[in-house]
Amino acid sequence: MRHTLSVTVENEPGVLSRVAGLFSGRGFNIESLNVGPTLDPGASVMTVTTEGDEQIIEQIVKQLRKLITVIKVVDLTEMKSVLREMILLKVNACDANRAEILRTVDIFRCKVVDVSIDEITIEATGNHEKIEAIIGLLNRFGIKEISRSGMVAMKRSMQG
Amino acid sequence: MELSGAQILLECLKREGVEVVFGFPGGAVIDIYNELPNASFKHVLVRHEQAAIHAADGYARASGKVGCCLVTSGPGATNTVTGIATAYMDSIPVVILTGQVPTPLIGNDAFQEVDIVGITRPCTKHNYLVKDVKNLAHVIRQAFFIARSGRPGPVLVDLPKDVMQTKTEFVWPEDVHMRSYNPNYKPHAGQIRKVAQLIRDAERPLIYAGGGVISSHAHEALTWLAQNLHIPVTATLMGLGCFPGNDKLWLGMLGMHGTYAANMAINNADFVLAVGARFDDRVTGKVSTFAPKATLVHVDIDPTSIQKNVSVHVPLVADCRLALEALKEELEPSLAVYDFEEGHRPWLGKVAAWAKEHPLTYKPSAETIKPQHVVEVLHELTHGDAIIATEVGQNQMWAAQFYKFNKPNAFLSSGGLGTMGYGFPAAIGAQFACPDRMVIDVAGDGSIQMNIQELATSVANKLGIKIVILNNGFLGMVRQWQELFYKRNYCETCMDAQPDFVKLAEAYGAKGFRISKTAELRRVLQEALDTPGTVIVDVLVEREENVYPMVPAGASLTDMLLV
Ligand SMILES: Cc1ncc(C[n+]2csc(CCOP(=O)(O)OP(=O)(O)O)c2C)c(N)n1
Repeated sequence: MRHTLSVTVENEPGVLSRVAGLFSGRGFNIESLNVGPTLDPGASVMTVTTEGDEQIIEQIVKQLRKLITVIKVVDLTEMKSVLREMILLKVNACDANRAEILRTVDIFRCKVVDVSIDEITIEATGNHEKIEAIIGLLNRFGIKEISRSGMVAMKRSMQG
Repeated sequence: MELSGAQILLECLKREGVEVVFGFPGGAVIDIYNELPNASFKHVLVRHEQAAIHAADGYARASGKVGCCLVTSGPGATNTVTGIATAYMDSIPVVILTGQVPTPLIGNDAFQEVDIVGITRPCTKHNYLVKDVKNLAHVIRQAFFIARSGRPGPVLVDLPKDVMQTKTEFVWPEDVHMRSYNPNYKPHAGQIRKVAQLIRDAERPLIYAGGGVISSHAHEALTWLAQNLHIPVTATLMGLGCFPGNDKLWLGMLGMHGTYAANMAINNADFVLAVGARFDDRVTGKVSTFAPKATLVHVDIDPTSIQKNVSVHVPLVADCRLALEALKEELEPSLAVYDFEEGHRPWLGKVAAWAKEHPLTYKPSAETIKPQHVVEVLHELTHGDAIIATEVGQNQMWAAQFYKFNKPNAFLSSGGLGTMGYGFPAAIGAQFACPDRMVIDVAGDGSIQMNIQELATSVANKLGIKIVILNNGFLGMVRQWQELFYKRNYCETCMDAQPDFVKLAEAYGAKGFRISKTAELRRVLQEALDTPGTVIVDVLVEREENVYPMVPAGASLTDMLLV
């Protein structure tokens, strides 16, 4: 099962390679990884999406907590949370397809951020399912390039 | 007053109570060496940096304190990596101080620059690069704190040359506070009650103890529990000495080269208390058939150890000593109510029968010296009181099997990593920790050559270390596998060309003995032990002796090959 982990770390050099090295060294898989600052200038948050059975996820969480520079690990999959990813897609857009592409953009509430005679660049935001659906739909026109932010996530205020 | 980085470093080591630093100089650490005449501790000049880290490790194992070593940048630093990994696998507290090129040169492929922090990230508990002298005292304080607290381990501090030269006000941080590192020591009271009840209910209980019992000083509590509740005890290689080897409840080591009794006991127990052990594959054999009938309780300070290899019924994250003391407190009143001895009588009878059926043994020989016999005689001559370091291979297993350890911190062996060349430098470290103890390195003729240069260190420091080589002319343990599992294809395991170890000892200014007949074994060993200073005893043993029992890798513990 896919899990999204929110990992709060000390903001110091090498911390990313400590986390990444833990995954590679122990044979855990990273599906996506996003790092950014937090309100506390001394800390950063890494959002890691990973896959594994219960025992593997338990090991990943414990191993992350064991790293000296890791302050907190939360498995957001176990609670109500908001998960979002942003992607940029460059799609082939000949005159015949342009209208259909724009309709898809509309339906999914994406944004067109760049156009040329034969390409449209689209910005889309959503949870995993939505992003996969958009990619699936636009694929038939030919996606020339894709850039993904990786998942960012936050626990919902109201749990339960 | 302003101090240079080098001076601050020495001041910090003094305040951390460092007594001895094992090291080797070089350009990047020359400023530190320049201050050494003013140091509060002794510096021991080794002959290879691998020996510096192993010696610091041996010092830590024998003393229970943090070991410390100091090496230069580049090759000096990389030479310590094997020793760091060795200490990491066995959870030994050491602080490794490495020199580094000046900060402006870092990243430029400067002379003798390596990214040692990057290289050692996966084999240290934590590591630091000190870029600003203002952080130095803080980092050293944290390094020692991290090394010794929680599950102990090696911590490396990389010290750029310019940082050692820069002056700043020295401020000793009285406290260490880290928001991201707070090991949990106290056992959960509810879990303790639960475990206590499981112990009361058990009919066939067993204690399986590991190195954590020794590093947390839990041996007294463990011994109390075992003796008062009449529970037999087995231990891993790392746990040897946590329970008296002459007690009738002692079953010997378990696992691949464990005793028949220990392996049968864990297979038949209905309750296993695993303390400070990590269910290593050399211990469990085939995991799915490990302790199949038992309710498993696992006490460990490291949450990642729990549920990693084997799924247990009751996890207890805590310091082993505190957990076992809490169990003692909980169970002491039960002694008046329960007759544990009576309750466990059938089980203890069964265990005793296994021990009698297949004790640790070997076929004595009139012609050749049996290596097991050498260890037995050593045990006798030293009254079981020596500190025994080992190399790796058959020598290590025979030392573990046939030397009956009664006390902790007396068996120094590379358990997790299995590092050949560990034993001799570790013995050097141990001798500095315990100057009045007899320290013996039980060695193989292969392993001893991996750090043989330390004879110079041992002689220079007038150490009374005795190296007893069980010389079989083979890389014996590998040869044993080739014999048993590879159709006797002894490929590259025969050590034909060997130095004359007696002359080698003499060349270094040590004393050498050779023993080739069983009849002279006891007398010459005694003479060697009585000889002051560093001594090599080259014992020519049966060449193709095997270590038994043996559980083939990946097999169930009950599938033992016996003598
Ligand atoms: C550094 C290192 N290299 C290789 C090995 C693999 N290995 C394990 S035991 C062994 C043989 C050791 O031979 P020796 O020291 O003569 O001891 P014996 O087994 O004969 O007692 C070898 C090569 C190892 N453990 N460590």
